[in-house]
Amino acid sequence: MSPNYSLEANFQNRIDNEEKIEPRDWMPDAYRKTLVRQISQHAHSEIVGMLPEGNWISRAPSLRRKLALLAKIQDEAGHGLYLYSAAETLGTSRSEMIDLLHAGKAKYSSIFNYPALSWADMGTIGWLVDGAAIVNQVALTRTSFGPYSRAMVRICKEESFHQRQGFDILYTMSQGTEAQKEMVQDAVNRWWWPSLMMFGPTDKDSPNSAQSVKWKIKRLSNDELRQKFIDMTVPQAAVLGVTLPDPNIKFNEKTGHYDFGEINWEEFYQVIAGNGPCNKERLAARIKAHEAGQWVRDAATAYAEKQQQKKSISVA
Amino acid sequence: MDANLKDFILMLADNNMILGQRLGEWCGHGPVLEQDIALTNIALDLIGEARTYYQYLAEKEGKAEDDYPMLRSERAFKNVLLVEQPNGHWGQTIVRQFLFDCWHYFHLEAMVESKDATLAAIAEKSIKEARYHLTFSGEWMIRLGDGTEESHEKMQASLNDLMPFFDEMFDPASYEVACINQQISPDLSSIHSKAIAKVQSVVSEATLDLPTDYFARKGGKTGLHSEYLGHILSEMQYLQRAYPGATW
Ligand SMILES: [Fe+2]
Ligand SMILES: [Fe+2]
Repeated sequence: MSPNYSLEANFQNRIDNEEKIEPRDWMPDAYRKTLVRQISQHAHSEIVGMLPEGNWISRAPSLRRKLALLAKIQDEAGHGLYLYSAAETLGTSRSEMIDLLHAGKAKYSSIFNYPALSWADMGTIGWLVDGAAIVNQVALTRTSFGPYSRAMVRICKEESFHQRQGFDILYTMSQGTEAQKEMVQDAVNRWWWPSLMMFGPTDKDSPNSAQSVKWKIKRLSNDELRQKFIDMTVPQAAVLGVTLPDPNIKFNEKTGHYDFGEINWEEFYQVIAGNGPCNKERLAARIKAHEAGQWVRDAATAYAEKQQQKKSISVA
Repeated sequence: MDANLKDFILMLADNNMILGQRLGEWCGHGPVLEQDIALTNIALDLIGEARTYYQYLAEKEGKAEDDYPMLRSERAFKNVLLVEQPNGHWGQTIVRQFLFDCWHYFHLEAMVESKDATLAAIAEKSIKEARYHLTFSGEWMIRLGDGTEESHEKMQASLNDLMPFFDEMFDPASYEVACINQQISPDLSSIHSKAIAKVQSVVSEATLDLPTDYFARKGGKTGLHSEYLGHILSEMQYLQRAYPGATW
């Protein structure tokens, strides 16, 4: 038996026994790589995800809503921070991950390539997008990599708050004028299908999933997560009095789940390939912020070095 | 409500509101994630403080808090010109913030003694936040002033551009004079000496030169604004103006 074999067997054993893997533990290279890719993708999604909502800060309709929106987006920035830190424990620095994003080599959730066109989008993003994120992230609290799992526990609490806040925006509007109700329906029509796509391709088209499930990086498959989300969301849509834009949604007595229509996978792959409505704008905004901030980061580093020198001189 | 007191409260509220609105533009676009978060924190504090003043007025006048920020026109806003200046680059935002914080902190410190109990209570609550803002902006003044050659030049240019907006904060408008006489507002000259001392010490630690030969700009406090304010308001008030009477 080769020593590598026993390391791998031991690793899989620990996973099977529901032990958490910590950064200093031995792990297969592929496990490390998969995690860095997934966690950094997740971090990038939090950061790029700030942009569509950021688009409405200046136009929020009341001070209460403006404060809540600012705080929500700030939470997403915090999620990005925890996640970058979790990924850094695997030996890749935040700046390397950000460079890959800006070079178009790292992905982020396709949902953020859709435009936020009305105030109802702020409600809908909270309700559906944060709602989908919760389903995904609650499953990830049980992921096998310790730092990722712990980041998810912290993040999930805030995400449920975001979802309630989004629902509250929509509920208030749904009790309002005809124009407001139309805005709500329009926003739901636009965000429903992209939200379902957030869970990724169907299991039969998702080759990575099996290995990730074996390593317990992923605890549930894309299709299982999507179904959970739909089951959770359909009754909430009824409370809001909105129609989900899928005539095939129907409760199935036999399965105990909602059936739903065919997802337009062509659209999904086009958005992933960079051809969504806002891919270029989102990436350009991130790159612009990063480049415009270069002199600030350089100055902060230079200043810190000067201070360090002064300290060592005074000590000597 | 006394017209002078109302204008004074509006000035306090609008200063915080407009600067908070400006800072909100940075959210998601900061130079580093940590600083993006820090600036959003300041925006939250400022808009939160503005909101307490608007609530005070709303209660007295039987209106809604949002009526004040959302339904008044340019000439009714009483904020100083400094806060409506564009964000520019990070250094300009920092200089604007620092100059504002020097007024804000020392003004609040004195407002704790205001004869108006509500305003005194708001000051008491807001001063901790303002102290943190002043520490934050002061540290960034020094870091960027004494950072690289490029950052030093950028900061000096920003200071030269924004210093002309400093004096307005300490030049009492007629409604302030009335409030000073009733000890609702503090005497601005003593606040000015504290604020300028702070500016001088930070600017010198930042290895920058404090411009002294400039023409002081004013007008905002009496509703005579730059062209920037109209654009700020047309975004900020868009939904309330487009759908009158709707609840959000
Ligand atoms: Fe998040
Ligand atoms: Fe969220």
